[in-house]
Amino acid sequence: MTKFVQVCLNGLTLGSLYALIALGYTLVYGVLRFINFAHSDVVTIGAWMAFVFAGILGWAGTDSPLIAMPVILMLSMAVCAALGFTIERLAYRPLRRAPRLNVLITAIGVSLLLQNAGQLKWIFGTQPQAMPKLLSEQALFTLAGVKVPVVDVVVVVLAFVLLVALQWLVFRTRLGQAMRAVSFDERTAALMGVNVDMVVSYTFMIGSALAAAGGMIYGLKYGSLLQSADSVWVLLGLKAFVAAVVGGIGNVRGAVAGAFLIAFIEMFGAAYRSPQMRDVYVFGILIAVLILKPGGLLGKATVEKV
Amino acid sequence: MKTLAERIAAHRPGLLRAIGGSAWPIALGFLFAYLMQTVLAPAVGDFYGKMMLDVGIAIVLGVSLNIVNGYGGQFSIGHAGFMAVGGYVAAAIVFYGSIKLWGSKDIHGGFLGPGELLLVTGCLVGGGFAALAGLVVGLPSLRLRGDYLAIVTLGFGEIVRVLLQQTDDVVMDPRKVEAASPIDLADNLGGALGFFGAPRYLDPKNPFWIWLFVVVVLLVAYRLKTSSRGRQLLAVRENEVAAEAVGVPTTRVKVSAFVLSAFFAGIGGGLYAHELGNSLRPTDLGFQKSIDLVIIVVLGGMGSITGVVVAATALTILPEVFREFSEYRMICYALALVLMMILRPQGLFGLRELWELAPWRKVFRRGGR
Repeated sequence: MTKFVQVCLNGLTLGSLYALIALGYTLVYGVLRFINFAHSDVVTIGAWMAFVFAGILGWAGTDSPLIAMPVILMLSMAVCAALGFTIERLAYRPLRRAPRLNVLITAIGVSLLLQNAGQLKWIFGTQPQAMPKLLSEQALFTLAGVKVPVVDVVVVVLAFVLLVALQWLVFRTRLGQAMRAVSFDERTAALMGVNVDMVVSYTFMIGSALAAAGGMIYGLKYGSLLQSADSVWVLLGLKAFVAAVVGGIGNVRGAVAGAFLIAFIEMFGAAYRSPQMRDVYVFGILIAVLILKPGGLLGKATVEKV
Repeated sequence: MKTLAERIAAHRPGLLRAIGGSAWPIALGFLFAYLMQTVLAPAVGDFYGKMMLDVGIAIVLGVSLNIVNGYGGQFSIGHAGFMAVGGYVAAAIVFYGSIKLWGSKDIHGGFLGPGELLLVTGCLVGGGFAALAGLVVGLPSLRLRGDYLAIVTLGFGEIVRVLLQQTDDVVMDPRKVEAASPIDLADNLGGALGFFGAPRYLDPKNPFWIWLFVVVVLLVAYRLKTSSRGRQLLAVRENEVAAEAVGVPTTRVKVSAFVLSAFFAGIGGGLYAHELGNSLRPTDLGFQKSIDLVIIVVLGGMGSITGVVVAATALTILPEVFREFSEYRMICYALALVLMMILRPQGLFGLRELWELAPWRKVFRRGGR
């Protein structure tokens, strides 16, 4: 029973992390119909920016996490939002009408650029760094014999708050309405007076800000930051992407559902089967879903139109 | 009035002519590889010799990716996975095969000796296994296109890497190898440390097999491009729906492109595994390697064989020349990819071959135009 609760808790925190990242993929796919391969690198940069800001602010101890946490989170999200805006403006916008393959290759190019630029000496360097412990690892409470540390609670609560905020943004505001309109039919939305370029820019900024939150959560939960081109980051982004696809890409609620599903399967597979095979489970699910229900669990089947 | 089938049949060359027409380029390839081995390799020395080996392998891999990526427009970013399958199978066959046949893992026999024949067998079998993997990956492409296919190929590459990391250590003791059956040894591929000890048949003095396979892959790629199957592949690339509407069996065309491409990638992996100075580790044949190959194809020109050859050569030599700027290498590649897609999306050469480029047109122009 203790093991079961522990695995559930791990799945919950990992699922929150995946959900925040998966939303970035799904939002961009919703409006532009392409997979933003560079998204996982925005996550990386978000995590590293959190590390940098934590260093600059000097709040490396756990003295005042109530101030340090939100400030670092906000700064990191702002930097990543600016980064997302820049990427879209410089790399993707010139290719808005180009074949999708070209956009895909560009996205891979941007991804490589961010990874390798982040490794330069005068940016983040190639040394792994330990994220300052902003939150204590002491148990907040004990549940069925499992100590629930403060970090896990904060991670889940933070993710939950951001997810609710995004729901509100997409379904209750004018911007969200415009986003849904562009997602439904870009040209008609433009004819109805929606500024498509602006909506796309906002979408990238929102997705990237969520990615920064995801990156920071990763740093808080797992403690060490590897160099920006390390495959850990690629794998993190890939799994979040798998979550978005499994839930039905372009579907905001689907991404969250998919994220928790993937995280729980990964955690239970690792705990009860073989821990080395956890990546294989995730990609196995992806291939199975793509073959059996290509639209994803909550997505609609689409028919290719000429 | 003859039927269409009869008219096509009238154009088909006789059996002898067809064999003759296929044989002379191969014979020329043998001659070329033999000259590389006997004349050029001793002349250039070890440093440039090694560089030429790398160029040859890069050409095999780049041209193989070009078949599926350039002709077919099916974006594969897990090509190193096929390379890994071929490389590991070939290395296992040559390593354990040497011990079983001759009692030691060392190089057996000289130029064109029995050891080298085992190497070729290993490469071909490795290519076969990779082709099988290509079939498995190609089948989902019935339902997936574009981005999704890219993800599936990427997932495939990652799965291959993870599975290879789970294997057991290489069995070094000749007596144990002789006692074990081939099935038992299939799991002893070195795990995360990599497959060490495969005999290095290909060194700067012995580039023969690399160049022979380079010629073979170039020939196959060229003849595919000018054949009706290749035209079908190009049609799928340009517009899949339209291609299907005019009767191209898109599924079969795409899957066979995957299989062929994977086969040559497997051979490339087999050659890579037996080249002096390479280590066969799962992490070396991961995502990064796939991206290197994609860059070669995209920069050279998607669908241009000579373009890919030029890009493979340049991208193998340039990092050696600019060694002190190596941390900027991938940044330059990445920028080149992005700029290329914005400014010249078809790649440097596009679909054209070297002799079809504008300055040469006048020289090679056929009369009457």
